[in-house]
Amino acid sequence: MNTIAARIYDYLKAFPPFNVLNRKQLMAISEAVDVIYLEHQQYLFEIGQPVVNHFYVVRDGAIGLFRANDTLVDECDEGDIFGLRALLRKGDYKLNSKAIEESIVYSISSELLETYITTNTKASQFLMASFASNTKAKNADDDDFMEALNRSSEYTYLQTADYSKNPVTCTLDTTVKEAANIMTIKHVGSIVIVNDGKPIGIITDKDLRTKIATGTKTISDNVSSIMSSPVITYPETITVAEAQIAMLKHRITHLCITKDGTNQSALTGILSEHDIIVLRENNASALIKEIKRSHSAEQLKGIRQRTEQLLKRYLGQDIPIDFMSRLISAINDAITQRIIGLAIAKMKKKPPVKFAWLAIGSQGRQEQLLMTDQDNALVFEDVPETDYDSTKSYFLELSNYINNDLETVGFELCPAQMMSNNPKWCNSVSEWSQQFKRWITTPDQDNLMLCTIFFDYEHVYGDKALVHQLSEHIFEHIEAHDIFLTYLGRNALQNPPPLSFFRQFLVEADGEHKDQFDIKARAMMPLVDAARLLILSHNIKSVNNTLERYEKLIELEPQNKDTYSFCMEAYKNLLRFRTKQGLANNDSGRFIDLESLSKGNRLRLKRSFKAVKAVQELIKTRFKLSQLL
Amino acid sequence: MHWLKRKSYPEFWNQYSACFSQHQEQHLEQIRFVVFDTETTGLNTKQDRILSIGCVAIKDLQIKVSDQLESYLIQQQFNADTVKIHGLLKTGKLTKIEEYEAVVQFLDYLQNAVLVAHHAAFDVAMMNAVLQRHNLPKLKNKVLDTGHLFQKTKLDTSKLHFSLDELAERFKIPMHDRHTASGDAYITALLFLKLVAKLKMNNPKLSLRDLEKSHKRIGLL
Repeated sequence: MNTIAARIYDYLKAFPPFNVLNRKQLMAISEAVDVIYLEHQQYLFEIGQPVVNHFYVVRDGAIGLFRANDTLVDECDEGDIFGLRALLRKGDYKLNSKAIEESIVYSISSELLETYITTNTKASQFLMASFASNTKAKNADDDDFMEALNRSSEYTYLQTADYSKNPVTCTLDTTVKEAANIMTIKHVGSIVIVNDGKPIGIITDKDLRTKIATGTKTISDNVSSIMSSPVITYPETITVAEAQIAMLKHRITHLCITKDGTNQSALTGILSEHDIIVLRENNASALIKEIKRSHSAEQLKGIRQRTEQLLKRYLGQDIPIDFMSRLISAINDAITQRIIGLAIAKMKKKPPVKFAWLAIGSQGRQEQLLMTDQDNALVFEDVPETDYDSTKSYFLELSNYINNDLETVGFELCPAQMMSNNPKWCNSVSEWSQQFKRWITTPDQDNLMLCTIFFDYEHVYGDKALVHQLSEHIFEHIEAHDIFLTYLGRNALQNPPPLSFFRQFLVEADGEHKDQFDIKARAMMPLVDAARLLILSHNIKSVNNTLERYEKLIELEPQNKDTYSFCMEAYKNLLRFRTKQGLANNDSGRFIDLESLSKGNRLRLKRSFKAVKAVQELIKTRFKLSQLL
Repeated sequence: MHWLKRKSYPEFWNQYSACFSQHQEQHLEQIRFVVFDTETTGLNTKQDRILSIGCVAIKDLQIKVSDQLESYLIQQQFNADTVKIHGLLKTGKLTKIEEYEAVVQFLDYLQNAVLVAHHAAFDVAMMNAVLQRHNLPKLKNKVLDTGHLFQKTKLDTSKLHFSLDELAERFKIPMHDRHTASGDAYITALLFLKLVAKLKMNNPKLSLRDLEKSHKRIGLL
């Protein structure tokens, strides 16, 4: 009888990966937990300390993982796991872990991890994915596009590993020399020694180096004298994640794949560390390459659908949402660029002047995961008045091709006509500038709405200098009418934090979505609006992505770092909720049925609202909105 | 001269006793604490009996869930009034052991750990009464009282004694399994860690000596 363990069991069973363990396994883990109490600001482990044989689960409070320069890498709250990466890597801790609130943490021995978790496929997949979420290689200098690609390749972990299906083998009576000759001829780094088709040992290049070249054994010796035996075997369904864990765990570079996964059945393949590296570099970049080579909207449609599949798989595995959205944006951009290229070819003549294609709204912010309506605009170089009409009609015609092709790919036409083939949104630089000026000087409800959509424009194709000019004009207008930011601020506070006085969720009171929660209007838009307002108030136009905006804000206002990193975490969670909801129901994911959320997710959602509240308070003070409201 | 001769005790007591041959460790991180709680038929240490004992150890200032003891005793006496508090019926489904067996298990588990309990004097007196009934000496362990440790933090001097409920609420400790011996022991263990953390803020070199009761003070009993 262990009442305390039973209570820990009850807690852990709500969270992955513990929820996929059976009762006996989880009870064994619960019985061996160490409970750690941390004061606010107290460290659990610090950079440079040797890694202890434990990983951690947050029971209460929140733990921040920090780099040496004190940048927050990850925030773990109730039910989150941390300290795993260090465990597999061994050596010293590379991050500081510090309680951001008073916290209680469960500490679990790595032995239990190996016994119960890595042997469970689902559990180990989850762990591998949570690894990935702890590696946010942030490098501002990177080209966004390449960055998205690089990052996406980190998340191929969960595919079934692609192993070599024709393993090079030899029998027990082979000599080392013969084996080495076979390896050389076949250009492989390993050879499996089989008996009756079953793998019994393996020799790798390393064995030849450490056991032969050193003179320990000779080349005329039998392969059995230097082979590693028994071999580590896995079934054909092994995922990249499992393979990596297995290699780390056993400190080996080759896994034997057999029919039933044991060494008592026939060898069907070999999976090397190199195979995994190749696989990881494949996925997203392959799609992009295909996009560049395609010749029709129909072809692109197929690629976009495959992207959707990729997204579904990633989402199922808790892969970081911001990476996913960048990847999807990169693919969307590549598709749009290709379509524009094809459309120009369809036109009878080349564009008369320079132009640029802009993505606006959520596409402009690179936050689009699901296929939604297209929102876009076009800006072209100023031309003499006499040429204006012909120039504009050229670009309207071009836009028409583009908009229609985008529809073919799967981006539905915007019902509000916010597309380049609408004469209102296909303009010269000066006209755009005047348009923005009107919105800024008469900030009524409609104009503010347009600002929130068009201020998030992102260059997709064409001349970047034009876009730059446009941004300059906008800031001139804003500077001349600084009251505009106050209006924009008021607009950003329209949706109060979605917790009512009793900290319950506010749900829609009436209409089609009665009793459902509008995650977009009540939680995401406030964070998006706040980020836009704050970044514009710093005269920055080049950053559109909400998460990047907060990142930039942290850099500009280190004193508000806590609030902004809180907002980032919240926004990531919300994006994930919405995307999951959308994929599950095949809709925009905007309305969430609260009953369908697990307790853990509800807590997480509630936590995001605290971020909304925090940033809105900040805006209220900064733009002196308390009197206005 | 027979009376001078050292009384002989059972082997388990001698083993327990031998644990105290070494000097008491003072570094809190090195000490094994055993946080314990008893559920009893009442508050009279002479007449009432222990129904269950819940213990959980703290080492390196971490609660070691694996290092725990939870015993339910066969009830010789039954007090219907307290059943509604602890919920232990005379014949419940739990596996129960004789009082003597419980003592053997408890001492074997306890060794020379520093005992921690909320209003420890009562629980210690209950245990000592059990030992006396079986012709054994009193507990030899050092004892810390979380009620007393709270006084040391000087966070609230409005009164002398705070109940476990009051302190758990104050320190936001979730109250699961309140009024089971193990549940209370766990709550007390968390309380102990929080109190030590608070006291450490004022005195980073906090040692066992600093936590021990000043001699002048008289406890609950």
